[in-house]
Amino acid sequence: MAAGFKTVEPLEYYRRFLKENCRPDGRELGEFRATTVNIGSITTADGSALVKLGNTTVICGIKAEFAAPPVDATNKGYIVPDVDLPPLCSARFRPGPPGEEAQAVSQFIADVIENSQIIMKEDLCIVNGKLAWVLYCDIICLDYDGNILDACTFALLAALNNVQLPAVAINEETGLAEVNLKQKTPLNIRKYPVATSFAIFDDTLLIVDPTAEEEDLATGTVTIVTDEEGRLCSVHKPGGSPLTGAKLQDCITRAITRHKEVKQLMDKI
Amino acid sequence: MGSEPEPGCALRPFAVEQGLLSRPDGSAAFVQGDTSVLAGVYGPAEVRSSRESPERAALDVLLRPKVGLPGVLERSREQMVRRACEAALLGELHPRSSVTLVLQVVSDAGSLLSCCLNAACLALLDAGLPLRSLFCGVTCALAPDGAVALDPSARQEKEARAVLTFAFESTEKRLLLSTTRGACSAKEVEYVRDVHGTSV
Repeated sequence: MAAGFKTVEPLEYYRRFLKENCRPDGRELGEFRATTVNIGSITTADGSALVKLGNTTVICGIKAEFAAPPVDATNKGYIVPDVDLPPLCSARFRPGPPGEEAQAVSQFIADVIENSQIIMKEDLCIVNGKLAWVLYCDIICLDYDGNILDACTFALLAALNNVQLPAVAINEETGLAEVNLKQKTPLNIRKYPVATSFAIFDDTLLIVDPTAEEEDLATGTVTIVTDEEGRLCSVHKPGGSPLTGAKLQDCITRAITRHKEVKQLMDKI
Repeated sequence: MGSEPEPGCALRPFAVEQGLLSRPDGSAAFVQGDTSVLAGVYGPAEVRSSRESPERAALDVLLRPKVGLPGVLERSREQMVRRACEAALLGELHPRSSVTLVLQVVSDAGSLLSCCLNAACLALLDAGLPLRSLFCGVTCALAPDGAVALDPSARQEKEARAVLTFAFESTEKRLLLSTTRGACSAKEVEYVRDVHGTSV
């Protein structure tokens, strides 16, 4: 009976639950799904992490390569993020070039890296003007069940935390770079940005960590990215239902609490 | 409202011309200082069967940069403008039809996203499409010394510690869209949002 009701009137079905301050999967409105993280799952990458938020699964692999530093900033390296939402992860994505959502998530991740200064690009320089690291951060979604922004941000952070870069020395005779794979150093992570997403239901109700189903029924989303000092690295609300200032403040407060939870998880691994 | 604007909180001179294109159903050119965006709206028109929705009109937003082809940044802005317009547009009144909004950047001298939003709103208005509310976009730059500049120029944006763009709807002045660049504190966001909310 309940399954039939859900198929015919999905929105009404949700409203009945939300009225009782809970959701069909048993969570409260402000409750996240179980978050798990596994680091170093890809042995061939320089750093990797697999993050699960309920059913949403995202894997991030980081590959480090040499490149010439940019001409306008000779003491900097590069970070190149890319988010892929393959047809494998959900029926809503088609094969072919990245769709709008994949491009929007890629841009969001690039903005988070830029805004939060997660690592200083100066740290990636090996020899000023000659050689620098370029970090290719490839994020692939394996199972899409909503809240992709939080999962991707967390996967990126965990993978960057896992990166071990080999020591590089320049041979003075040949002028070529020599890599010492025995001596590896971790990256210097300056900031720990954590994203917290909310879905807006019926223009007023805020629920955290929406599933794909909830995102489809919701009238808007908000994503807040904070760092460990409580600074806001991003207040991303791409349209949707309008919100009052007080509601936005609630989101920010919840995002700061969520940061502590994620940080605890990060410290454990 | 009613109080004198604080220094730096003045907008650059802005102007709008509606209905300047003959082919689209609605058009508007919005100019903020030296930033200028041209918007055209086609619709409600026939819809591609893949985009057809029995619930509401399908809205497509195309953002064309001044030179070159649209890239990832344009796509992400298209998505933001589309969702902001969807919230304002009463699409339920035109089910099984499509509305296409084309934004052409004429010149970018800072605060481009807010200029796009303003042009989009006025073009939708010119097309005579039913709207729930009007909306307007405004950008603000926080200088390294903490000074706030509304509607910053490209140079102010470049020098700024953080650049925040908001859109507000007209009925209750609630926040419709928000996107930020750079890092700032929650207090600053609150302050800037209030400044904007009152100046809208």
